[in-house]
Amino acid sequence: MPRRDDIHSILLIGSGPIVIGQACEFDYSGTQAAKVLRKEGYRVVLVNSNPATIMTDPEFADATYIEPITAEVIERIIDKERPDACLPTLGGQTALNVTTELAKAGVFERYDVELIGAGLDAIDKAEDRGRFKETMEEAGLATPRATYARSMTEAMHAARDIGYPVMIRPSFILGGGGTGVAHDETEFIAKARYGLDYSPVGEILVEESVLGWKEYELEVMRDRAGNGVIVCSIENLDAMGVHTGDSITVAPVQTLSDREYQEMRDEAIKCLQVIGVETGGSNVQFAVDPATGRRLVIEMNPRVSRSSALASKATGFPIAKIAALLAVGYTLPEIANDITGKTPASFEPALDYVVVKAPRFDFAKFPSASNVLGTSMQSVGEAMAIGRTFPEAFQKALRSLETGRAGFNADAGESTYGDIPDAQLLERIAIPTPSRVFLVGEALRRGMSVTEVAAASHYDPWFVDQMAEIYEVRADVEAAQLLAAAADDAVLPVLTEAKRYGFSDRQLAHLWQRTEDEIRDLRRRLGVTPTYKTVDTCAAEFEAHTPYLYSTFEDEDEVPPADRPRVVVLGSGPNRIGQGIEFDYCCVHAAFALGDAGYETVMVNCNPETVSTDYDTSDRLYFEPLTVEDVLAIVESEQPEAVVVQLGGQTPLNLASQLAERGVPIAGTAPASIDRAEDREQFSALCRELGIRQPPHGIATSAVQAEDIVDQIGLPVLVRPSFVLGGRAMRVVYSYEELTEYLDEMYGGVTGDGAASTGAGFDLADRPLLIDRFLEAATEVDVDAIYDGHELLVGGIMEHVEEAGIHSGDSACITPPPTLSPEAQDVILRATEDLAEALEVRGLINLQFAVKANDVFLLEANPRGSRTVPFISKAANVPLAKVAARVMMGATLAELRTEGLLPTEQRPDFVSVKEAVLPWNRFPEEDIVLGPEMRATGEVMGISDTAGVAYGKALLAAGLELPETGNVFFSLADRDKAFGLAAAQAFTMLGFKLICTSGTGRYLDHYGVPNELVPKVGEAEHDTLDLIESGQVDLVVNTPRGRRARSDGRQIRLAAQHAGIPALTTVQGALAAARSLQAGRGAVAEVRSLQDWHS
Amino acid sequence: MRGTEALAVTADGAVFRGRSVGAEGIAVGEVVFNTAMAGYQEIFSDPSYAGQVVVMTASHIGNYGVATGDDQADKPWAKGVIVRSLSRRESNWRSEGTLADYLRAHGLVALSDVDTRRLTRHIRDHGAQPIAMGSGVDEAELRDAAATAPHMTGLDLATAVSTPEPYVVDATGERRGTVVALDLGMKRDIARNLAAQGYTVHVVPASTAAADILLRRPDGVFLSNGPGDPEPLHQPIETIRGLLGQVPIFGICLGHQVLGLALGATTYKLPFGHHGGNHPVLRLADGRVEITSQNHGFAVDPWALADGSAPDVPTDGLPGPDLLPATMTSEFGAVTPSHQNLNDGTLEGLRCLDIPAFSVQYHPEAAPGPRDALGLFDDFVTLMEDADATA
Ligand SMILES: Nc1ncnc2c1ncn2[C@@H]1O[C@H](COP(=O)(O)OP(=O)(O)O)[C@@H](O)[C@H]1O
Ligand SMILES: Nc1ncnc2c1ncn2[C@@H]1O[C@H](COP(=O)(O)OP(=O)(O)O)[C@@H](O)[C@H]1O
Ligand SMILES: [Mg+2]
Ligand SMILES: [Mg+2]
Repeated sequence: MPRRDDIHSILLIGSGPIVIGQACEFDYSGTQAAKVLRKEGYRVVLVNSNPATIMTDPEFADATYIEPITAEVIERIIDKERPDACLPTLGGQTALNVTTELAKAGVFERYDVELIGAGLDAIDKAEDRGRFKETMEEAGLATPRATYARSMTEAMHAARDIGYPVMIRPSFILGGGGTGVAHDETEFIAKARYGLDYSPVGEILVEESVLGWKEYELEVMRDRAGNGVIVCSIENLDAMGVHTGDSITVAPVQTLSDREYQEMRDEAIKCLQVIGVETGGSNVQFAVDPATGRRLVIEMNPRVSRSSALASKATGFPIAKIAALLAVGYTLPEIANDITGKTPASFEPALDYVVVKAPRFDFAKFPSASNVLGTSMQSVGEAMAIGRTFPEAFQKALRSLETGRAGFNADAGESTYGDIPDAQLLERIAIPTPSRVFLVGEALRRGMSVTEVAAASHYDPWFVDQMAEIYEVRADVEAAQLLAAAADDAVLPVLTEAKRYGFSDRQLAHLWQRTEDEIRDLRRRLGVTPTYKTVDTCAAEFEAHTPYLYSTFEDEDEVPPADRPRVVVLGSGPNRIGQGIEFDYCCVHAAFALGDAGYETVMVNCNPETVSTDYDTSDRLYFEPLTVEDVLAIVESEQPEAVVVQLGGQTPLNLASQLAERGVPIAGTAPASIDRAEDREQFSALCRELGIRQPPHGIATSAVQAEDIVDQIGLPVLVRPSFVLGGRAMRVVYSYEELTEYLDEMYGGVTGDGAASTGAGFDLADRPLLIDRFLEAATEVDVDAIYDGHELLVGGIMEHVEEAGIHSGDSACITPPPTLSPEAQDVILRATEDLAEALEVRGLINLQFAVKANDVFLLEANPRGSRTVPFISKAANVPLAKVAARVMMGATLAELRTEGLLPTEQRPDFVSVKEAVLPWNRFPEEDIVLGPEMRATGEVMGISDTAGVAYGKALLAAGLELPETGNVFFSLADRDKAFGLAAAQAFTMLGFKLICTSGTGRYLDHYGVPNELVPKVGEAEHDTLDLIESGQVDLVVNTPRGRRARSDGRQIRLAAQHAGIPALTTVQGALAAARSLQAGRGAVAEVRSLQDWHS
Repeated sequence: MRGTEALAVTADGAVFRGRSVGAEGIAVGEVVFNTAMAGYQEIFSDPSYAGQVVVMTASHIGNYGVATGDDQADKPWAKGVIVRSLSRRESNWRSEGTLADYLRAHGLVALSDVDTRRLTRHIRDHGAQPIAMGSGVDEAELRDAAATAPHMTGLDLATAVSTPEPYVVDATGERRGTVVALDLGMKRDIARNLAAQGYTVHVVPASTAAADILLRRPDGVFLSNGPGDPEPLHQPIETIRGLLGQVPIFGICLGHQVLGLALGATTYKLPFGHHGGNHPVLRLADGRVEITSQNHGFAVDPWALADGSAPDVPTDGLPGPDLLPATMTSEFGAVTPSHQNLNDGTLEGLRCLDIPAFSVQYHPEAAPGPRDALGLFDDFVTLMEDADATA
């Protein structure tokens, strides 16, 4: 069946901002779909509120709407664009949910839009756990026993006759939110109650728990002829009970016999058939009892999912692209497999390697969260590694995570494990945490038996035994003596074996007490260097035409010869808070621009969710860890003109100088300049030279010195340990007491479980404390610019909504700047140019300023691509990352103008707002106040003629549904009262009733702003909390005073959070919100395409 | 998995290093690769692998151990095994022991820690050929052994692996009738499937004559899979010619090839064969795709029975239906291609239109592999019942 000609334009719904459980994998799938559908000649209309996505680049769709993903807004888009069809299965849960809403509202009928991919009934059958179970049972597929409950009594009954432990699932939730396993009645009561609250329909499913069973996922493709294939099979190392997104997973499955696998395969295909997924990809999850082989279907997602992205990267089978083609009528046998070119997509990839995915966590940023993993996803990113065997891939995956580990232990990170007594070790192994896997290693090092360790961890014994093999090789390494170079040959066998088992040079250096360089030299002398193999979907049965490579240590190397000069682009590794999709966006643009300029582009990255790791984004893809060892090896094999380190965020930047020292040509700005900007003393000196003001600051190497510095520069101060990057562990300190507290915490015993080590236990002397005068009530400003040695190109000036003190990544910003004085802007631009020149920037530079009146202070300068580049590129209609990539390679801005890459005409005249999206719903006990430490996972963009409307769009896109009238609860810290007055007046004018606590109330009275008093928390029965919980408040404006853990403010914000009432925690945010309400809801829902704005 | 150093050398002189993890000694045979990711025990014990050394392309082999129920014969028929990593410990509730012990117990030479991808690419680019492998022998010795080893073409291996005496497999469930299976190297799961359909299966030696088969009054005759080149199987071909039109016939794999020869078609050797569990096969009748389990080095050329000749396989783009003739004519009447391999366009099945006979090149019984084509056993039953009705 060929392509459908009865449809001409297709609406593609994106997945919106990056949130936990929904990351850049949907940019990858959406981008693939948009690309192929346009290639097929369809008109693509796209909606996504996330500006940091490739799919929202104007050239990827005919009409791109960077608008909130709500039913109301999408209906407007449909009304305007009149698409023939809507493809909802590539935008994750978000797209699926809004589609259901639109369909139920009859929008698709009204406008005669056909749902392609999955119909409404299929979506409903898969999403509604009740209907899903029925459907499965009818088809003869077993699911866990379960009962629905709408009250605690019903729930208790259900739990009793199913028997503990039980799984609790609120109905209609996203990504495991609110789910949990209860082992006994007390635990059950708590979790069931929370579940009932959490579910929008007040309903939970009480389900037989199969905790500890083996968990599997199959990725299935189906076409409208009814052909079904399994693209990839995935086995979780972590047993049932740990969300697949939080589990270490392995492809292909390793511990199923062919009989069991084929039964599972048949059931998976049957599942799609009975659910009614007409075409496309779905993933089906299974639980298998290791003792009996009993198999249950857990769930299926009738759409492209996170695991589909993983499966695509793991096999080379582009699921999203094929799904899009199937949706428009092609069948699998009609579509060619890109990689072989001459075999069809109707086949099942054969792997001759092992893929391991490991999750990345950021618990250290959310102190309220225990780091115990459960059925609700908490990881913020993931790394994937490919090796010829499990041990090799496993060790590569662990070092790809960039959590400071060099592999499966055998590094400095294991030093603390020695003190844990055996019994305790086994107990800790039984509890799933980010560090559990390393403790398993420690247990094996101590010679605990595979059986014992497997029993404790619920890892399958096969995997544990493979890990044990790693430890035997380690023992051989430790036994081998590293003598003088003369006797090198003696270690050749063990060295080779170690590399084949995935040991990094860093691990060997640790075990042999040598430097990494010494190990590398030794390897070179002995000829132990990596060979690169191809990911080809067919285990070498057919020739592959796409150089998608991974390293291993074997005989044959498959790197194809190159005819054009090469440029290596280093990606940004696993997503983490502070380093996400924005940087992948920049790397992808670099690959595009340099490819167009005639270079052969070589991408290096280990993040399976990204567009950069799509094999057709660059000419060559190395799916490898981003470490000095792995990158040097690639550079040696590719001999590139230059390596781009500027665009992948901190990850490649941290490698830059080490690479340069080892003779690797770095594109653009020299690593020395990068260091110069990072090094506090050097940088201050430079600023003094250039007459650029910085906040008064100092560096303390002792508590006493810290106090002296504070004496000099005065309170409040912003403190951060010098060894922590990206705003981690930063704090504003208002008193000497708080300073001492902080010193204890930081240099006392905090552990950064799962996140980059905070260097707990370090001593001030060698890990000094950085102290800045904290500028209060200052406006923060971001600037992104490009310098080519002659000319400065300013991408734009972004004025933050929240004041300085709230991390640039967590605050909203507006461009062009609404309130910044021309004088201040001049100072900012001059400082930018002076620094760019002084630092000899070739490429991008990002600066952050704090402005008080016309006093401009420089907070930091980063000579590299920043988080805001994608946003500003769209706001200014200038492809900054592309231009930067070319400039790095020596082109001048003038040349790029004549070439046409850099537009010459005037900037578009509209206002753009970026708003941050924070993961509070994943950390229900976390206080939602913002601070100098970034905690946002994603961002959205709003575009309009006025700041108010643009901000309103951004808030809506970020999921903050502002009430149009009602009661606003106002409670402000003293320092916020002056500014808060304006906000209060604005809300009053909008007809809101103000409810205040005494202090705030008195202040407002003084200025004649009518308000009603409410008792402080605990002062009366009907206190603030009661008011919020009983739903008498529609909006909360509460700004934090200090950081007392159990302060009233915290309780109020938590109450609002749990009651689902929007809460604003800054006065600037409140004022902007009021302004957006003044603009009116109608204006906010008006839609206009990016192409239209830009024209 | 550790083990003593070992070597494998191909007839064209390529040397591969690994460790010996199976039985002691040297193994010589035609080297083929199989891309199935599980089902190693079914593969090694499949008589179709007689005389061959099997390279498993999947990284880890032996993970879930071995279970008697998975054996396709009472011993593994493969000559040798080459893998990247043989699991020393297995883990599965069905397991009765490790693969390593199984290989040693049955005297199979096995190499682990080999760059099996390089070896696979070598076979892909230079064709299936003899290989010699073992430990404690020097390279030169292995090189001669490989270079002087006989090639598959022209060898009658089927008769050698066929059962010496007839035997009976009882029908399971309600009995429908009798099927005689001409054993050219039949896998157990095929007999299981026929028996599961309610037929008593009389398994007879490859050398059995048509008359002797008909004496058993079968409702249908099944032509089994088996090893090597179909052309030298003169007796079985003769037997089939004696049965065509007399009784419903269903052939699988080698059985398909000998049926083709019996009809007057020719066969040829594929460059490196089809061995795996992911081959897409198009059902020409309804355009549906079956993902199939395959294991053969030779194929039927249908053009010998058609006018015109085979067009060249396209160098890029997908192989089209035009690679097969629309119809064929044999002395037994009209024949039509029923299935096509979507990877290389080769013939995967044929059906006689005037007499009750059909065959497929692949393995509907799977074991190992996908079971998309299990329905073919039902088709055989229908064919037999229709024949009854008309008789
Ligand atoms: N009945 C159960 N018993 C124990 N754990 C379960 C059960 N059902 C699901 N889980 C665990 O919870 C995780 C999330 O459940 P799942 O049904 O996949 O929801 P989603 O993926 O939509 O969040 C699964 O990956 C699995 O580890
Ligand atoms: N001296 C200061 N006064 C007020 N706020 C500051 C000051 N220094 C930093 N900040 C706030 O802390 C945030 C993070 O600091 P920054 O130096 O940008 O670290 P990062 O490397 O995390 O970006 C800034 O975005 C700003 O809001
Ligand atoms: Mg799931
Ligand atoms: Mg910053």
